[in-house]
Amino acid sequence: MTSSSFSRSSPPAALVDRPVIDWVLLVAIASVAAVYVRAIAFTPIEARQGAVQKLYYLHFPTALGAYIAVGVTALTSIVFLWLHDERADRLAEASAEVGAMFLLVVMAMGSIWAHVIWGTWWAWWDPRLSLTLFLWFVVIAYLVLRGAIEDPAQRGRYSAVLGILGALLIPFIHLSVYFTDAHLHPMPIVAKPDKPSLPPEMLLTFLLSFAAFTLLTVALIRARYRIGVQRDLLAAMDESGGGA
Amino acid sequence: MSGVSRTFGRRRAVDGVDLSLDAGDCLALFGPNGAGKTTLLRVIAGLLKPTTGSVRVGGRELRSDAAARGQVGLISHQSMLYRALTARENVEFAARLYGSPEPRAAALRALERMRVADRADTPVRALSRGLQQRVSIARAIAHEPRVVLLDEPYTGLDAAGGAALTDMLQLLRAAGASLLLVTHNVDEGLAVASHAAIMLSGRLVRRDACATLDARRYHADYRALVLAGGTPTALGVPA
Amino acid sequence: MTDRADLQPPGVLAAAWLVVRKDLAIEYRTRTAFLSAVVFSILGLTIFYFAWDQSVVAPGDRAPGVLWVVLTFSALLGLQRSFGIEEHDRGIDALLVSPISRESIYLGKAIGNLAFLSAVQLVAIPALVLFYNLRLGQPLLIVSGIVFLAMLGIVAVGTLFSAMAVNTRLAELLLPMLSLPFFVPILMNAAQAGARVFAGRPMSESLAELKILIAFDIVFIIACTLAFPFTLEE
Repeated sequence: MTSSSFSRSSPPAALVDRPVIDWVLLVAIASVAAVYVRAIAFTPIEARQGAVQKLYYLHFPTALGAYIAVGVTALTSIVFLWLHDERADRLAEASAEVGAMFLLVVMAMGSIWAHVIWGTWWAWWDPRLSLTLFLWFVVIAYLVLRGAIEDPAQRGRYSAVLGILGALLIPFIHLSVYFTDAHLHPMPIVAKPDKPSLPPEMLLTFLLSFAAFTLLTVALIRARYRIGVQRDLLAAMDESGGGA
Repeated sequence: MSGVSRTFGRRRAVDGVDLSLDAGDCLALFGPNGAGKTTLLRVIAGLLKPTTGSVRVGGRELRSDAAARGQVGLISHQSMLYRALTARENVEFAARLYGSPEPRAAALRALERMRVADRADTPVRALSRGLQQRVSIARAIAHEPRVVLLDEPYTGLDAAGGAALTDMLQLLRAAGASLLLVTHNVDEGLAVASHAAIMLSGRLVRRDACATLDARRYHADYRALVLAGGTPTALGVPA
Repeated sequence: MTDRADLQPPGVLAAAWLVVRKDLAIEYRTRTAFLSAVVFSILGLTIFYFAWDQSVVAPGDRAPGVLWVVLTFSALLGLQRSFGIEEHDRGIDALLVSPISRESIYLGKAIGNLAFLSAVQLVAIPALVLFYNLRLGQPLLIVSGIVFLAMLGIVAVGTLFSAMAVNTRLAELLLPMLSLPFFVPILMNAAQAGARVFAGRPMSESLAELKILIAFDIVFIIACTLAFPFTLEE
């Protein structure tokens, strides 16, 4: 009769050697915080929209981060179907979660901005808002699908199929949203500021913000990926060590 | 088939199985629950892709060659029938899937062999479990396959049904088909088979021709193997 | 071991047709999904009629919207069932063991779903015309054509997702969740084009929407046919 699994072999290195502090993530968070400070305190207030325009330093880069994350999911889906490497599947999962979170933040910020500027919490006639919402639906569907399947091989396969089909879908949503009548309704107040004609301090804040958020995206995906690695290792240990 | 193994995640359900069957052979495959027998059957049927190794029928690779698949018939735990359709419609559909030249006639013939032709036009849901099993068997052999895979086919059959099945298996063997019969019941298996094999923890540990076996000794050996449950080498049986 | 030389397994289209006939035969015997979809459609039409004050929004103006809502939900009803019947007694295994190709299974199921949905619409659209006092004539014919294009897209992705959902724990939840984002471009474009046609505007104004719809259909019929084998346990 064998004794418990932990006495048979020591836990794998990946669980033990992991550093306690995730430096990359810390640096990323710090740089985002720094950009916040710069945006709020050290960048001039925009003339037409007032203080709420400062949301834009965060809103745009978050959207970019979301697109990067979703793009990673789509690409790793293709890689997984081709190579059957479970690391690709784990990366797809990590990116999808980060993407879902970022998209939610983008919509929340967009909604606040819309309320202040346009007086309405949601604007169907803003194509970008609609696009973000539908993209978010796709990512949520992806995560729910993953949650509904227990077998890792099946989960990887199905998610990859959805990931690729989702990627194919995006251009169609984009076209549809931009073509609907809705967006031709007269906008009550002036639309977003044009980027090229920004004064240099604002431009710099933007660029710093892009850099900081890209770093945050990568850091979060990496952190979530490592959680996935540990989870899978634990599951494997349970499976091989658990039975008699 | 050669070197077939099938892994689920980290679990090796079937491990390095080499098996070949000649025309007219009937191999009874015994083994405890979880030994991998059903998985092996599903791999041979083409439902699962082998992680390593290949399955060939008449020299043709099963997974890639549709003609090879056309030579196989599968009988498993589930009936694979459509309850809303009649027995005849179910069997005829199967015959057409395989491209039988005369599907209606083939279907009727199969139903007659399984002695259920009198209920041919009853919807399957109105049939008892035993009769459904007979229709399911008819469905599997309507196209007169060269290889028949059977997973616990006697389950649910009454004496008459069991007799019909045994007769049918003899007929198929006489026509040159090869049969692979997975079962718990050693007596049942030995009664119809020409060869016997035992599977344990995914590996094929023993294969004999039935003619050389003494039934009582085989029973005892089998029980010992199953109770020991260890690796083949530990039992002194060549791997 | 000699082969059965006289066995001639059906080709891709013939096999798909076999599957279609089988599915339609099953549905014809039970009729439950079809009747539920029809009843649901009529119910929907009725509710939408009474949900608005007639003097504020004329019934004729509401008709285009109602049409698409009812279409989508009856589609989901039919799609749920399409792989559900294969799951019961693992009829799908019999299909997979046979020599027919996986693509035939997908095509057969999709065409079956299209036929089902079309049959429901053959009841729902006349009901719509009747309840909402729409004029018969060319606009209605064009809208029916748009409905057909939309159905192609709905059935293409819906059949694939039905195959996936049936193998999971949350089957009834997953089918609508997976389908919703994919129905969005179909419905947006179809509804916009349909609304314009109902309002009497010329087709030329809706060319963009129709092109997107047709492109969607082509892309996703191909993509889903290719993706289908991955949804089967291998």
